[in-house]
Parts: sequence; C-alpha cells; structure tokens
Amino acid sequence: MKKTFASGNMAIAEGALTAGLKFYAGYPITPSSEIMEYLAEKLPEYGGVLIQMEDEIASINAVIGASWAGAKAMTATSGPGFSLMAEAIGLATITETPLVVVNVMRAGPSTGVPTKTSQSDVLQARWMSHGDYIVPIYSPWSVQEAYDLTIKAFNTAELLRTPVVVLSDAVIAHLWEPLTLMERGEVEVISRKTPGDPTGEPYPPYKPDPDLVPPMPLFGRGFKVLVESLIHDERGFYSPRDDGYRSLVKRISLKVLKRLDYVYEQDARFTEDADVLLVSYGSTARSTYLATIELRKQGVKAGFLRLKTLWPLDDDRIRKTSNARKIIVVENNIGKIYLDIDRIFKDREVYPSPVLSLELPTPRDVLEAVEPWL
Amino acid sequence: MAVTRQIHPLDKHLRLERIPTLYCPGCGLGIALGALLRALDKRISEGAINPDKVLWVGGIGCSSRMVFYVNYDAAHVIHGRAIPFALGAVLANPDLLAIVTGGDGDIAGIGGNHLIHAARRNIDMIVLMFTNFVYAMTGGQVAPTTPRGVSTTTTPRGNPEYPVNAVKLVGSLNANYVARASVTTPHYIEQFFYKALGMRGFRFIEVVSTCPEIYGRHIGLRDPVEMYSELRKRIKYKHKPSLEEAEIDWERGIVIGEFVERSNPSLIEILKGVRS
Repeated sequence: MKKTFASGNMAIAEGALTAGLKFYAGYPITPSSEIMEYLAEKLPEYGGVLIQMEDEIASINAVIGASWAGAKAMTATSGPGFSLMAEAIGLATITETPLVVVNVMRAGPSTGVPTKTSQSDVLQARWMSHGDYIVPIYSPWSVQEAYDLTIKAFNTAELLRTPVVVLSDAVIAHLWEPLTLMERGEVEVISRKTPGDPTGEPYPPYKPDPDLVPPMPLFGRGFKVLVESLIHDERGFYSPRDDGYRSLVKRISLKVLKRLDYVYEQDARFTEDADVLLVSYGSTARSTYLATIELRKQGVKAGFLRLKTLWPLDDDRIRKTSNARKIIVVENNIGKIYLDIDRIFKDREVYPSPVLSLELPTPRDVLEAVEPWL
Repeated sequence: MAVTRQIHPLDKHLRLERIPTLYCPGCGLGIALGALLRALDKRISEGAINPDKVLWVGGIGCSSRMVFYVNYDAAHVIHGRAIPFALGAVLANPDLLAIVTGGDGDIAGIGGNHLIHAARRNIDMIVLMFTNFVYAMTGGQVAPTTPRGVSTTTTPRGNPEYPVNAVKLVGSLNANYVARASVTTPHYIEQFFYKALGMRGFRFIEVVSTCPEIYGRHIGLRDPVEMYSELRKRIKYKHKPSLEEAEIDWERGIVIGEFVERSNPSLIEILKGVRS
C-alpha cells in the first residue's frame, strides 16, 4: 500500500498496472491522452508494450489481438475515438475477448467541446456496436475510485471473458486527489481461466463451463484456436442456424447477468428515512451528494444513490434501496439513465434532472435543477 | 463398397472438416493456398518454424476466409482490420509468426491506412494480398484495384477512377520484402512466401488471382480456363525488378517478381533491443 497524489487519468493507468496490464494501444485524444503518456513511461517497466496506433480503430483491434496472445490489454479514448471503436467492441463481445476500454467523456456530439466534461455517452457505451450483447460499464466519481474501478473492470473482463468499459469524464481525468495504491496481493486480481495443455484433439474455444464462460485457449500454445467474428458453434465454425445463433447470443449476455452480484456496485447513503432519493453517478454525483447534505440541513429527508455500475443494472437491488416517494435523477446529459430509473421505480414519482454543464455542476446547480420536483 | 479417402500431403495443414471451401469453380485462391502451404510445409519440415506459433489472420472477403481452412491458430476478424489485430498479437507474444490474408478491398481499400502504417513500422508479419480487381463476395462492386473503364455493379458506366498499385505503395515505405506473383505462376507464390517466412519485419506479397465468376462477368471472361489463360498471357516475370517497373495493367501487362528486399531492423527487433 502506498499513498500518493494523482489525477484521475493517472489513477486509471495505475489501476491497469495493478491489474496486470501488459499491452496498451491507443491514439491521442483530449481529455484521455495522459493515460497513454503515463503508461508510455511506466508500462515497459512492468514488462508490457505500448504502441501509439494510426487511429482508434487500429488501437482497439490491436488490443483484441494482444488479448488472444495472452496479454491483459486496454485502450483509452474519448467520444470521437470511442465512436470509431464501435465495430470492434462487437468483435470483442462475439469472440469473448477480455479487454478494457476507457472512455474519458467530453461534450459532444461530434467534435463537441474536447476539453470540457459531459456524461452524454452513457447509453452509447451500452449499445455502441450492432447486435445483441451486454458490455459491463463502470463509472468512477473520484481519483481513488478511478483506480479501484479500473482494477474491477479488468477483473470483470477476465472473469467473464468480455470487453468492459470504464466511463470517466473530463472532470475526473484532470482532478487531483489523494490516491492509495495497492501492491499485488493486497487487492484481488483475477486472470482469465485457460485450458490445460493441448491433447492433440481439436479444442473447442467456445465451449462454456457451467458458469457459461469458456476457458480461453491462447495463441501460440498448440490449440489451433479459431477466433471467429461470424456467428459460430463451440468449435468456432460459422453456423448460420437459429439454434446455434440463439444459444450463442443468449449465452454471451447470460454469462454477465449470471454474475450480476459481482458486476453491479452502488453506493447508497441516507436512504433509510428518505422521502426524496437523488440518483446520480460519476463526477456529477460529487455535487449531487453535497446537494443531498444541503437538503437534509434544510429539513428535506433526502437520500442519495450513486450508481458505480451503469450497465447491467441490478433492478431489484436499486428498487430495494429506498422507499422514497420521489426519485430525482441528476446527470450531466439530456436525461439518459433517468429512463432506467423511471422503469425500475415504475410505481413512484421519478423525475429527470438533467444538468447540461460543460463544467462540473456545482451543488447549487444541482439544487436548482432538483428544486422544481421537491 | 468402402470408400477410402486419398491422403494429400498437405492435409495436415488443413481443417479437413471444413473442406470443401466456399470458393467458386475457377477461383484462383485454391491454387494460391496450395502454393502457400507447400512453402510453409517446407519451412516446418526444415525445423525453421514451430507450427504452434503460426497465426493466420484474415479480415472479410473470400481470401480472408482462407484462415479458417488452415489447421493453425487463426482469427477471422472484421473488415480491413486483420493487420492491427495481428500487430497486437505479435507485440504481445513476439514468438508468434503472423500471416495476414486478404483481398485487395480488405487490405488496400478499407484497411489501406493500416497497410501503410504497418509497412512504415516494419512490424513483423507477412501480408498476402490477393488481387482479383473487384469486390467479389458482395457481388461485383468496384475495388480500389479495378482498372479504369471497367463496368461493375457500382460503376455501370465504367470505372472513372485510377487504381492503386499496392506494390509501389508498400515498396515506398519501410517494408523489408515486397513481391508480386500470380495464380498462373504458383511456383513463384511458393518461392516468394518461402523466402518471406525466413525473414523479419514487414513482408508483403501481392498475388494476382482469377475471379471468373464475378470479375469475369464484368470483362467478358466468364469461362475459368479462358480467364486463367488471358491472365497468364499478361504476366511478365522479371528478376529483381525495380518499383518503377511494377506495372499492373490489363493492357500493358502485369510485372511479377521480388521488388524490394531489405534487412532493416523490424519493430520487434528494435523494441527488444536486438537491433536499433
């Protein structure tokens, strides 16, 4: 354990190193570039390789290739680059490739405001690629949590053989706070399961264990593995039939949902007596939390729920968090996670409270946005 | 009567349960694959290559699908991205020998930027580009290699654009090996690939192929034998030709040979500190 002082981008890089990162490919983009710059210094000292690619498409595809060669691998980017990675995220889901993609959100659409914050990519991150799949998404609200949730993202990716997204934003990226770094052994680090030595018989790389996750036969070990982007059977052979298609597509989603207890995390405070529940996440939750305390000072029984996992959501757990009559969702976009919260609390009054702000919304901004619903 | 299967000497290199291939009758890819496997077989039997370390990577297209017929580690990835996938794999495990296969559309069209930068980096891999002058799998649209004037399904009034010469493009960069062969000269495919297998850095071989089913319709050579014969007439082998001589033109002829042979340090050699 070591105490230091770091930015959110540095914390993400350190989290990746603690988790065992061995390969990084990326392309410069504000406000994520410091992650690559920091790792360019440090990753070689950890026996890893970093390469700056010709674009984000090349970056994410190189990360997928590196993962199959046995390396824990990641890339980091921001909105425009994240959009370019869409197709390859789908490749990673169907080939069940563990990897981590960090999207340091900035204001969009398109080039937007490169240096300013936003939370507008929260639904894009879920469904950015075509087809059916579930990609877990984590959203840190502090420098420490940027570190912790990056480790968690790697663990989830390795445990479930899936791509995982860390949604940071421009505020967390450049925020400096105290950070406690963990040594190997002080924190749980999960690595993908791999099959034993090849037997000479053809090995089915997509044959799942009871947890629905297949052991991953890596390149170069004699498995003659076939990584296949087409819908495939357990051998990796193209199989355009309904039964095989259904079982594969259902399995890659179910394997994540089966471990919802592991994947889903939240942070609930003052919820026991709450009449009004403020739901928030990421950097905006910092101000929502202070607004909650301010409301309590004013005599409003306000509660606070912060989503650390933005997808998949644990509907039951969220529902049981609070009996509040009113629920207000505070987020820095036009009202996106509101759609989920409204669905989950369908018997209560749920209100959107979008704070469209290029800077971190202040607690006063949050109070003003929440007030009409109180 | 019991049917016994004839064992072919290259069978051990194939996933036999996936044979026959989806290639059309008269397609040149079978000839090319046979030549490639003979070269690989030779290198393996000489003890120069460990077959467990061979990785075939293909994007999308007829020739990309070669990777799932071969009995090696393989990845059939997304359109145009075989090169960066292979780059990630070899950087993460430098013991791997990556062989990328793809068509002119996959490698020089949608994947063209990756081709340029892989050659510039001299990253350790072999890229085999099969040029049939058309997007065949999708039904005959214009390709970056389609000659001017040819009518395709998306250029019904004739292709108004100039084609790319991938050999000249890659040769102008930092690739260690640049060659061109034709399915009408399988011995050169075998010879060039054999040489490439023994080298480091970025190695690029363009294989001019026949596609009577799709491209043949566009140029009036629907008969496989006729198309093969017409291509053969146009192929001119030259011994160590210059890049300036790397003509690929249906009227003026198609020059094949080994255009570039360098021994520049590869990216992996530089990263490992073996060479600088």
